[in-house]
Amino acid sequence: MSRPKNQNYKSHGSSKGKEREQRASIRFKTTLMNTLTDVLRNRPGWVEVKDEGEWDFYWCDVSWLRENFDHTYMDDHVRISHFRNHYELTRKNYMVKNLKRFRRQLEREAGKLEAAKCDFFPKTFEMPCEYHLFVEEFRKHPGITWIMKPVARSQGKGIFLFRRLKDIMDWRKGTAGKKFTSLEAQPVRAAAATANPSGTHDARSSDDQKDELPVENYVAQRYIENPYLIGGRKFDLRVYVLVMSYLPLRAWLYRDGFARFSNTRFTLSSIDDQYVHLTNVAVQKTSPDYHPNKGCKWMLQRFRQYLASKHSPQVVETLFSDMDNIFIKSLQSVQKVIISDKHCFELYGYDILIDQDLKPWLLEVNASPSLTASSQEDYELKTCLLEDTLHVVDMEARLTGKEKRVGGFDLMWNDGPVSREEGAPDLPGMGNFVTNTHLGCVNDRKSQLQQLFRSLQAQKKASS
Amino acid sequence: MLQEESDLSLIIAQIVQKLKGSNLYAQLERQAWASLQRPEIRLESLKEDIKEFFKITGWEKKLQNAVYSELNVYPLPRHPAAPPEHLKEPLVYMRKAQGSWEKRILKSLNSMCTELSIPLARKRPVGQQKELLNKWNEMGTDEPDLSLFRPVYAPKDFLEVLINLRNPNYENGDSLSFRTHLGLIQVPLKVKDIPELKECFVELGLNTGQLGIDDSTQVPPELFENEHVRIGQKVLAEQDSAAAQQYIRQGSPTALRAELWALILNISSQPEDILYYEQLKTNVIQHDLLVDSLIYKDVKLTASNDDYYFVFEDYLYQVLLCFSRDTSVLGHFAYNSASPPKSYIRGKLGLEEYAVFYPPNGVIPFHGFSMYVAPLCFLYHEPYKLYQTFREMYVRFFFRLHSISSHPSGIVSLCLLFETLLQTYLPQLFYHLREIGAQPLRISFKWMVRAFSGYLATDQLLLLWDRILGYNSLEILAVLAAAVFAFRAVNLMEVTSLAAAEAVLADLSTLKVMPLLQIFLFATVT
Repeated sequence: MSRPKNQNYKSHGSSKGKEREQRASIRFKTTLMNTLTDVLRNRPGWVEVKDEGEWDFYWCDVSWLRENFDHTYMDDHVRISHFRNHYELTRKNYMVKNLKRFRRQLEREAGKLEAAKCDFFPKTFEMPCEYHLFVEEFRKHPGITWIMKPVARSQGKGIFLFRRLKDIMDWRKGTAGKKFTSLEAQPVRAAAATANPSGTHDARSSDDQKDELPVENYVAQRYIENPYLIGGRKFDLRVYVLVMSYLPLRAWLYRDGFARFSNTRFTLSSIDDQYVHLTNVAVQKTSPDYHPNKGCKWMLQRFRQYLASKHSPQVVETLFSDMDNIFIKSLQSVQKVIISDKHCFELYGYDILIDQDLKPWLLEVNASPSLTASSQEDYELKTCLLEDTLHVVDMEARLTGKEKRVGGFDLMWNDGPVSREEGAPDLPGMGNFVTNTHLGCVNDRKSQLQQLFRSLQAQKKASS
Repeated sequence: MLQEESDLSLIIAQIVQKLKGSNLYAQLERQAWASLQRPEIRLESLKEDIKEFFKITGWEKKLQNAVYSELNVYPLPRHPAAPPEHLKEPLVYMRKAQGSWEKRILKSLNSMCTELSIPLARKRPVGQQKELLNKWNEMGTDEPDLSLFRPVYAPKDFLEVLINLRNPNYENGDSLSFRTHLGLIQVPLKVKDIPELKECFVELGLNTGQLGIDDSTQVPPELFENEHVRIGQKVLAEQDSAAAQQYIRQGSPTALRAELWALILNISSQPEDILYYEQLKTNVIQHDLLVDSLIYKDVKLTASNDDYYFVFEDYLYQVLLCFSRDTSVLGHFAYNSASPPKSYIRGKLGLEEYAVFYPPNGVIPFHGFSMYVAPLCFLYHEPYKLYQTFREMYVRFFFRLHSISSHPSGIVSLCLLFETLLQTYLPQLFYHLREIGAQPLRISFKWMVRAFSGYLATDQLLLLWDRILGYNSLEILAVLAAAVFAFRAVNLMEVTSLAAAEAVLADLSTLKVMPLLQIFLFATVT
């Protein structure tokens, strides 16, 4: 059964080609125990399977994926919550490589101005292989602060700040010392690693490397010394982006999210105090100042309102469209590298830091954003987020594929920009193009979902 | 006719007298002198030319704003023979009640002082001064031991005093009739009913555009919002206080609110004002007051635990500590029924020459006081601006919420207004709640005393405070309280205890203020 091609309305993929069958019940599996299980268990028609049972939907963790994905057969309708090689986007060192490569490509194809739109990532160097490049950059800008982050850990573990080369020399002698010194002794190998401009790296070899030396990779990143402060405190933003496919690229942006505040006042003089500089809730929870009732989070609506009372509407609009740019460019940079399996979707947690000039910076992308709730408000946010994710994944085959909004998710990119106006062609450069993102805006998802499903039902009745 | 004219000239004379001592006067004088250099000022028509000059350069507007501000804040003089107490509060029994309430507060404060053997005030040693100066921007990280301090009083203590207020000249007999007031407040003050409120709040009517209603996502902005924003920008460009006050009755756009409030409250940020604030800061550093610990305790108990306002903790200290040292606040006691407490230098009790006001601004904070400041942190970034705005808001509005007076915006009238509205327009609900021992005022009192700060979502609160500024009255708080009860009436009719009623009304954070007010005033069948 073919469909007439309509240039203006690109479907977002869920009902291509043959009619999707309605399933009587959907068997799901998950290993996580928190908001996700609540949402899955409460979904009508969804049945949990445990252990070795067959499943239609699996919200897995990344370790299972690594071990089993390659030798698991999945029917067409089956869905799984990660892409095979998501680490191209979520591991800091790979993301940097992909972004740098993408930037060079953009510069060749579209010029310097377009490439400059990729400058949302603070200068980062992979350690230890880019150590010499890092030292060069370090010497060019004496006195600035750098942050050292382990490539694959989360929740703020292993991170520290430094200003002097001496500080990392000391650190080198400590944990990662062995790896550094061994590579230092073989400058040729290090040079070879950096001399590969296309950035292709054999995933397997780096995995092997990990097995040989029980030491992890780090990145050294330029620390943003002038963050935007609210109440004298530093904060970062957590934003949720749902990617349904990479080829073509289809991404949805969730309207809600939150700002995570550091519990203590920001000052550059205390770089030893990791509580100040790291805003992860996990780290904050161990700070002596921490009061559990405080929560130290603001919903994005509140943050957007706060900005709107302090800055002009144009300025706020610019900030949010700069953030849209971050999401889209970061996804585009890994588009060709990630194995786009139709069974896969992924919900990313983006961490964004805003500086005093209201420029957003990308700190990192998480493939498994925390789904545990730290407060009632947080619980509501995450359950709604997960419910809407499942609506978009649409195991129940209810959507037509032409929707631009499902609950709190707005279709941000559909193999091209998406316009906010109903019926307007999705082409930028037309006078009234307004992007279809509403980050931090009113999220009346309940009423929208009601309307949506009601009209879908009506359509179905009419066509049958 | 003659009486009015002489009244008017009396008023003008008073205002001129007031403004002569102000900064504005000195500035105008300087400007006038400087203008003599200009070619358009001619000796023959000096007066008219200078007036013209003032008009063109906007100084006339500034003077106009200052006069308007005076008219708004200071009550008009009554009979020339009236003593100054009448300006504070005309009714004797109210004055007496306020006096005895103040005695109680002072007694409580003094006993805390003696118990903890902490002096009311002491000079800080130099080491401590340095420390405090370094920590000025992050006083919230300080964790002094406050376990022994208690707030001097809480709103519910104050409510008990109000409940026991009686007018000795009023006898309504013991027999119950349909005229009996079922509520807690038993004083015969005149309050408005809904038809009068409709007239008073005419701009909140159904046919007038409102921010908080007509800017919602379903309404296209061309219908109201865009035009409203444009007018707001024009008002700001003209720098006209009176126009701004009229404009804000329909709500203020978020981006313009900070400037509009500053214009209405006639706050200018001159170097002198910044300097004044810095001076207050120095006072804080040099002297430690007992009241400071009370402020700390209050902030830690209320704002720091609030999901929304915890971020602004440090700003609150910076404002409130300076506020308690600001002697210019003493000026508002001329029209406040309260009087500043007096303290005596050690050993000189009773000797007037050794009396000082304590705290220096005469205002003793109570439990929840810091919530008056918290919402303002959303608008102002610089501490001195935040400080000035809070101070103006306090001496114009907030003081009325915790002093006993017969003023229509005073807390007594607000309580009576609330209860009367409920009894008249929701009699079944009122009766039911009274029967189950849940007098509505017991629940709504805390909302009104705090002007709903900490109970509503911040954007809704700011829309409400827009209207307080616009109408120069706090009556809207009582109307909103009644509207909330009306909104949750169905659930309230089913409860059977005070605790259950409190639970129904515990969470107001999802309420939209303007639709509630509009429906209650303009769309309920009476």
